[in-house]
Amino acid sequence: MSAAPSSDGARGIPRNRPDWPFYTGLAILGGAYVVLIVALVVADASFTTPSHIAKALASPEIRFAMRLSLLSCTLTALLSLWVAVPTGYLLARHRFPGRRLVNAILDVPIVLPPLVLGISLLILFQTPPGRALQRVVPVTYTVGAVVLAQFVVACAFAVRTMLVTFEQISPRAEQVALTLGCSRAQAFWQVVLPEARRGILTAATLSWARALGEFGPILVFAGATRLRTEVLPTTVFLELSVGNIEAAAAVSLVMIVAALAVLAIARVFGLGTSSEGVL
Amino acid sequence: MIAVDHLAVRAGGFELRDVSFRVPQGAYAVLMGRTGSGKTTLLEALCGLRAAAAGTIRLDGRDVTRWKPAARGIGYVPQDGALFPTMTVRGHLAFPLAIRDRPRAEIDARVAELAGLLGLAQLLDRRPRGLSGGEVQRVALGRALSFRPRILCLDEPLSALDEATRGEMYGVLDAARRAEGVTALHVTHNREDADRLATIRLRIEDGRVVEG
Repeated sequence: MSAAPSSDGARGIPRNRPDWPFYTGLAILGGAYVVLIVALVVADASFTTPSHIAKALASPEIRFAMRLSLLSCTLTALLSLWVAVPTGYLLARHRFPGRRLVNAILDVPIVLPPLVLGISLLILFQTPPGRALQRVVPVTYTVGAVVLAQFVVACAFAVRTMLVTFEQISPRAEQVALTLGCSRAQAFWQVVLPEARRGILTAATLSWARALGEFGPILVFAGATRLRTEVLPTTVFLELSVGNIEAAAAVSLVMIVAALAVLAIARVFGLGTSSEGVL
Repeated sequence: MIAVDHLAVRAGGFELRDVSFRVPQGAYAVLMGRTGSGKTTLLEALCGLRAAAAGTIRLDGRDVTRWKPAARGIGYVPQDGALFPTMTVRGHLAFPLAIRDRPRAEIDARVAELAGLLGLAQLLDRRPRGLSGGEVQRVALGRALSFRPRILCLDEPLSALDEATRGEMYGVLDAARRAEGVTALHVTHNREDADRLATIRLRIEDGRVVEG
């Protein structure tokens, strides 16, 4: 590093250099990003007035979008846990053929461009099996499509969180539970799951927050029909496209508050920063 | 009674081969061996946590080689205690009995009995976090004994303890053995454990178990 002892002093003896230039460099690089984030939130807040927010919240379309966002994100978080807990546990505890492949596939939704994901969903539901399913349960351009589009991405993050969680829990306690008379299932429910509760909460909040911001796949796969498949990011898009930047900013602020609230919940339950390596 | 005949166990690149030994009913066997000699692997195989590649394990005359850990009825005290972080000390002592659907009154009586025997009465509502090394081992021992197993397997239960606590734990282990009448297999690399506790001495070397 720049402040490491150098050998340009007399006869190669490290000079007594101060460390502050090194730390100043670190602080400037890291601090600039923190300032940028704060500036974004402050700019949104200062741009919006209470009357803009009141007006936006009075609009039936926006109220619908808020309700749909809350509902679909919560459904997505629950569905994600339902999938992520068993998947994470299997991957963390067992070595089976194809495990690496499965592990890699689970990363696909994280790296795929969102619009591509939306188009892929659209195409999937136009294949013969997709069409057959849609004759029974219509999906495309419905609330179901909103939840599915959110779930495909959010669940991948929940799976990563649960995988890390279970990997950090020593298998020893579980093995002891087996010798004490538990079946595999009993050891899982009574010993492993309580120990994983923080990770479960992190996975839930992470997938919830992820679902709240989902836009691209929803636009393509569920459409942007007001009072039908409109979620908050759709609102921002629709308001912007008609030049109503005040409403767009007001709704953005509502989403920031919702996201910060979720972050606060995660912190209050003492999650610390352990989960952040996942992202 | 523990009877192991021609047992082979594989663990990663490591292998135990043709292991045979006996621990008679009510004996306290101390199995000595260096770090990496396969002591833990052997205990895991006895408890059913690791499959036997060959040979038989008989407990009180029954061949349990293919049995699930739960069915073997062995009280297992692992090296670091491996307590359940979310459970109270009382919960640990009650857990094996709750799993067996024993009545509430019986569980309470057994918890009180073990708390007295192991000096845990003041700690019953505590969680593992913040317990001392000796307390952790006493809870792990109580948990292993609570369902009245006929056999107790201990993996270096004293290795992490300071001298004074270690001396105290010899007394606790001896009292537990007398009170519960279990057959014990205690693995360690510490000679003093054998001097203080053993009625039978075993040694593990080069993947085999020998007496003495």
